[in-house]
Amino acid sequence: MAVIEVQDFKKAFGKKVVHDGVTFYVKKGECLGLVGGSGTGKSVLLRSLIGLEKPDSGKIHINGADATLYTEAQWLHVRKKVAYAFQGGALFDSMTVFENLAYPLEEHTKLTALAIKDKIFKQLDEFGLAGSELLFPNELSGGMQKRVGLARAMMLEPEIILYDEPTAGLDPYNTKKIQEAILTLKAKGVTSILVTHDMPTAFAVCDKFAFLKDKRIIEQGTIEQLKQTPNSMINQFIEGQIL
Amino acid sequence: MNPYVKLPFTEWASEQFYFFGGLYNLVKDCFKEGFKRPFYWDLLSFQIYQVGVRSLPLILVTAASTGMVMALQYGLGLEKFGGKPYVPRLVASTILREMGPVFTSLMLAARVGAGIASEIGSMVVTQQVDAIRALGTSPIKKIVIPRIMACLIILPILVAISNLIGNLGGLMIGNFELGIDPNFYYQRVIETSNIGDYLAGFGKSFFFALFIAVPSCYFGLQVKNGTQEVGVATRKAVVTASLLILVGDFFLSKLFWIIEKWL
Ligand SMILES: Nc1ncnc2c1ncn2[C@@H]1O[C@H](COP(=O)(O)OP(=O)(O)O)[C@@H](O)[C@H]1O
Ligand SMILES: [Mg+2]
Repeated sequence: MAVIEVQDFKKAFGKKVVHDGVTFYVKKGECLGLVGGSGTGKSVLLRSLIGLEKPDSGKIHINGADATLYTEAQWLHVRKKVAYAFQGGALFDSMTVFENLAYPLEEHTKLTALAIKDKIFKQLDEFGLAGSELLFPNELSGGMQKRVGLARAMMLEPEIILYDEPTAGLDPYNTKKIQEAILTLKAKGVTSILVTHDMPTAFAVCDKFAFLKDKRIIEQGTIEQLKQTPNSMINQFIEGQIL
Repeated sequence: MNPYVKLPFTEWASEQFYFFGGLYNLVKDCFKEGFKRPFYWDLLSFQIYQVGVRSLPLILVTAASTGMVMALQYGLGLEKFGGKPYVPRLVASTILREMGPVFTSLMLAARVGAGIASEIGSMVVTQQVDAIRALGTSPIKKIVIPRIMACLIILPILVAISNLIGNLGGLMIGNFELGIDPNFYYQRVIETSNIGDYLAGFGKSFFFALFIAVPSCYFGLQVKNGTQEVGVATRKAVVTASLLILVGDFFLSKLFWIIEKWL
């Protein structure tokens, strides 16, 4: 069953058309690699999937339900199950790392303070962040901020995770950490979309790929399927060259 | 018509149209969400501290100076006509009705309005507002309502404090510069100030609180991207809040006079 389904999605900002008929779906437990040049609207597409942007036309289905016309209040419920890992982490800079991770738990669960603490320290360990719980975001490196952002997005154990360039600009150590985290979640059956330029990570975690170009998805499928395509840009991509 | 030549008036008018439309929507959202759980009391108390306690020194200095300068001017001006005994009453009613609420609100517009707009604007730029939404929570509840409520609660209290300090300043100058006996000054203030003086000033302060908090939140949230816009939003917040206070003051004064006559 398709957990995420987007049909004929159109979106423009003023006169600038970003998407003009984007169609794709992701099945349960799959990871879709969403690839495209800078400014092709990958972030806008992901943001639309949790209602941060409204489509001009087209349909968005989440877990089989038509979410196109959801109100903000309805989206608030969806977002407990669908996590969005922001490109820059988007940490609350008035809160410590601990408080950032506690935020979703305090909002949406009835866990005791002790249980929350327990969960957070486990999560910090898993993301290689042990010992940084009392630091503020501005005291962290870019890589650590991204990892905290990712850790926060995963606190509620979501069914769907949207990763917006989770490894962009990171050193190999941080990249590997994040790759491992994504694979761990995938093993648990989480459905995800990964926007990335980092091909080794994409190949390591994605089941299929969709190419965003000229306001549309120009090609999609598994690696095997894509090898058959005559499109030279995609061939280069599959051979691991820079897009 | 050449599309590059915009008539200044139509541009201005459409801007105002969007501004008041935006304010209306923001207030509507606050009413829609404000009465639903959860209530973030801790955020409210933090904002009360930020808006109230941290603004207190500024308000004290403003109020004392206002009261002192008014006593001085009225005193020296009325001396020729033997009007010195009227100084306490004049200073008191001007402070209670106008100077207390207006100056306190203007100082708060500068301090708190700028703070609110720039803080919210920066949160938008760094995607923290998006993050609040993405984590299944409402920016209206998390950011806007605590700030508006804090201003609504704090401003009347600050105005009351400011009234007190302003009159004390007047009393001091009345004593030292004009030679009015402090006891006489005190008695005159108490005898001549009526409940209408208090209520007019007090009633205004609720409106002024909204004039400060609502546009400041609005302009902060209007920031799209770039730190440059944060500066613009801050400027607009302070200018708009101050203008609303000054222009609104006239109409509110008129309104309260009408209400008083009526009672
Ligand atoms: N809120 C917005 N207002 C206006 N234009 C926007 C907005 N958000 C995105 N855009 C435009 O949409 C295009 C796609 O942006 P984005 O999705 O961030 O690209 P990317 O694929 O690099 O993630 C860009 O040209 C950007 O300028
Ligand atoms: Mg992007």
